[in-house]
Amino acid sequence: MPEPLLNLVPRAEAVQTMKDFKSDQEVRWCPGCGDYAVLAAVQGFLPELGLAKENIVFVSGIGCSSRFPYYMNTYGMHSIHGRAPAIATGLATSRRDLSVWVVTGDGDALSIGGNHLIHALRRNVNLKILLFNNRIYGLTKGQYSPTSETGKITKSTPMGSLDAPFNPVSLAIGAEASFVARTVDSDRKHLTEVLRQAAEHNGTALVEIYQNCNIFNDGAFEALKDKDRAKEAVIRLEHGQPIRFGAEGEKGVVRDPATGDLEVVTVTPENEGRVLVHDAHAASPTTAFALSRLADPDTLHHTPIGVLRSVDRPVYDTLMSEQLDRAVDQQGKGDLGRLLAGNDTWTVVG
Amino acid sequence: MTSQVSSEAGEALVGEQRSAPARARQGAEKEVRRLDRVIIRFAGDSGDGMQLTGDRFTSETASFGNDLSTLPNFPAEIRAPAGTLPGVSSFQLHFADHDILTPGDAPNVLVAMNPAALKANIADVPRGGEIIVNTDEFAKRAMAKVGYAASPLEDGSLEGYRVHPVPLTTLTIEALKEFGLSRKEAERSKNMFALGLLSWMYHRPTESTEAFLRTKFAKKPQIAEANVAAFRAGWNFGETTEDFAVSYEVAPATRAFPTGTYRNISGNLALSYGLIAASRQADLPLYLGSYPITPASDILHELSRHKNFGVRTFQAEDEIAGIGAALGAAFGGSLAVTTTSGPGVALKSETIGLAVSLELPLLIVDIQRGGPSTGLPTKTEQADLLQAMYGRNGEAPVPVVAPRTPADCFDAALDAARIALTYRTPVFLLSDGYLANGSEPWRIPETADLPDLRTAFATGPNHALADGTEVFWPYKRDPETLARPWAVPGTPGLEHRIGGIEKQDGTGNISYDPANHDFMVRTRQAKVDGIAVPDLEVDDPDGARVLVLGWGSTYGPVTAAVRRVRREGGSVAQAHLRHLNPFPKNLGEVLGRYERVVVPEMNLGQLATLIRARFLVDAQSYTQVNGMPFKAEQLATVLKEALDA
Repeated sequence: MPEPLLNLVPRAEAVQTMKDFKSDQEVRWCPGCGDYAVLAAVQGFLPELGLAKENIVFVSGIGCSSRFPYYMNTYGMHSIHGRAPAIATGLATSRRDLSVWVVTGDGDALSIGGNHLIHALRRNVNLKILLFNNRIYGLTKGQYSPTSETGKITKSTPMGSLDAPFNPVSLAIGAEASFVARTVDSDRKHLTEVLRQAAEHNGTALVEIYQNCNIFNDGAFEALKDKDRAKEAVIRLEHGQPIRFGAEGEKGVVRDPATGDLEVVTVTPENEGRVLVHDAHAASPTTAFALSRLADPDTLHHTPIGVLRSVDRPVYDTLMSEQLDRAVDQQGKGDLGRLLAGNDTWTVVG
Repeated sequence: MTSQVSSEAGEALVGEQRSAPARARQGAEKEVRRLDRVIIRFAGDSGDGMQLTGDRFTSETASFGNDLSTLPNFPAEIRAPAGTLPGVSSFQLHFADHDILTPGDAPNVLVAMNPAALKANIADVPRGGEIIVNTDEFAKRAMAKVGYAASPLEDGSLEGYRVHPVPLTTLTIEALKEFGLSRKEAERSKNMFALGLLSWMYHRPTESTEAFLRTKFAKKPQIAEANVAAFRAGWNFGETTEDFAVSYEVAPATRAFPTGTYRNISGNLALSYGLIAASRQADLPLYLGSYPITPASDILHELSRHKNFGVRTFQAEDEIAGIGAALGAAFGGSLAVTTTSGPGVALKSETIGLAVSLELPLLIVDIQRGGPSTGLPTKTEQADLLQAMYGRNGEAPVPVVAPRTPADCFDAALDAARIALTYRTPVFLLSDGYLANGSEPWRIPETADLPDLRTAFATGPNHALADGTEVFWPYKRDPETLARPWAVPGTPGLEHRIGGIEKQDGTGNISYDPANHDFMVRTRQAKVDGIAVPDLEVDDPDGARVLVLGWGSTYGPVTAAVRRVRREGGSVAQAHLRHLNPFPKNLGEVLGRYERVVVPEMNLGQLATLIRARFLVDAQSYTQVNGMPFKAEQLATVLKEALDA
């Protein structure tokens, strides 16, 4: 196991509580917004990391969720639309003693900032990216987003939207992400557990959080939240456990031997042995990707939640730092006088 | 200091001293003439290695101690179609025994490696100039390709010139016979043959070139030795063949230079060194976020080689991420830089606006090139001035600093860093393609003489509330500079949030209050307006009526033009702006002293627009946007006309 990068972040001197992470600013999301639950979960779980809070930074883009840093009593930057991963990359790669978090939304991360997101993931910069996905543009008052279901009626698409949606988890896995998880705003326990694993991951961790916008897209995730329906709709992934769900655990995920693809079956004594055991640490992203494709983009049926993928691979900031050390080892510490003089000089005497 | 000698029409070699003695140093019967300056242009196909040839000749010339100035000129395509006019690449070098300012208006000597090179450059060579042509390339098809119906070497069209027909390719292949190279491989060394010939003609030292070739081809010793052999063969050819009866000496420019140690340096290299020096002088790690773009990429390349100075270079996924990463590093306490050219600045505009709002130090290096859009990637222009000044949404003032010569890029980078760090603001450093790729001798500074750029991070509370509580206010300003504190993450007790939304004065909390916004907009402007910049110096030895005001890379040609006018008895004052925002405090007063103000620029009059708007001065704009620097003679004519008006 590589050295946990969290060890580079100074520890808090005293025990912290949730209150230590609340800023003095009034929270200004709409009443009933799912963002409140996520904020509370983050503020609630950070004390257990025991990090000096001055070494924690939240960087956000633009959108409702991007107001998040204002409410955290840590360092923070509310930047510009889509650019938070780029800005956070500069911060994380220059300051390895910081725990850097990015808060973004489906429009911010996947539309205007899509390029920065995929490149942060492929580089594996030590960032924790919380992608609040409400499948709508909230701050601009209700246009469809890159995760909205096709045909969505909004102000900008009165006859229905035309584009096919992104599945953020599939996208992240395709972009070489080393940690990809999905969770739901209303499930505090699950959310906290996922955040904990993300925080401890070395490299970029992408956490998609299904978040309800009760003003412009209310009930978007109802299929996953309604107690009865959720049992059929949600596939809870746990590393090392067979992938089973349903009211009685009667459903399971198996691999189709003909195509190699995954499918949902009713578990019988005959096929029980074929039920896939979830391996979040599998080197190949193939199965994690296949799992991410089980969800129906319209009904959200068979949506896997939990950590789909968590693997160790070289972290960009570490590599960058090692190159600097190696340069000093090989060439000695930089000597400005020698650099300026170069190898080809002449002297003019008075 | 010797003044620049003007180019007299019809005179074969500029400034030639006809009485020069024949010093028989190179063979008994060969004459050696002394010149005070020479302009050589190497021209060939993009694949002929003309830039390398020019670089080597420059290096030899620099180590010999001449003053020099260079003008590389190449197409944007890596290999444009062979043998065509658009594929011609050239390198002009002006060197002298005295202080010079420009790469020269017109070459005295043209080396043309093929018909296209001859055709593309002949118009610039004055009658009587020397032309060395590679006759091997003058086959019918090659000539037809560029529109020569008959051979210009035979049809009399070059009668007014001193033409040296040399079968460069054949001679090179012949010289490399023993190396067992293919014809194609051997041919490639013909540029070194040409370099050897020119090195003989101008008595250049050759050791450094031989050492260079052996290092460059260290992994291919056979190729290294072949190139050295071609280089020597060219030198020997000059010495032995009768066609080259005369060689020339240009004495070192001893009197032109103050005492010191010198090297030759290009603008992009000087700028890179300036950034490393600024990082050391500020005692802050340097962080470059950048995306490759011509003609700025060399700065990314150079800084990437100096990781042992603690320099972090981040090649981002796009221009926006380049500046984004730099801004993130600035928040974390690095000396942050992004390097680009005009199209990149356009993409970075929103982030520059954020940096204005966050009030963090950030250097934006714009190596200007021809625009709009992709424009002329490898040619020079000064047309980003107004983009740097105003190219953002809202009132977003950014200081602008412009270097005047290649070597000056070093000092300008330090100056830009001083402003960024002192005032906690993004700063534009406006260089251009001409400065970036051109080179000149540089007196290497003593590191002990470099300015102290250290700045203090905030360490504790800076404000007491009414109830006596000590708090940290991220937007409480220094009363002198109006700079806000720089509190970097990791500092206990100073946790704060900043962003692009308007902030309340002092606390930095979100504020939509109209009066506060009005105050903050005016305060950000006042901070930039109040930046300390030195007064504008005016060179006006005899009380002129006409002032020529330049900025940036036009310094060389403008100064050369002023010298010409004065030598002919004209009276003209000269001033050159390094600081475009804010302007020097005395600029208005200076402008008011003159009846006429001439502003030459490589754009359509952007500085003139600013001057007119700010000072109600009817500045006379003189502009050129052909991708090339001004010629001194052309500007001298403009100034003389202004004097006569």
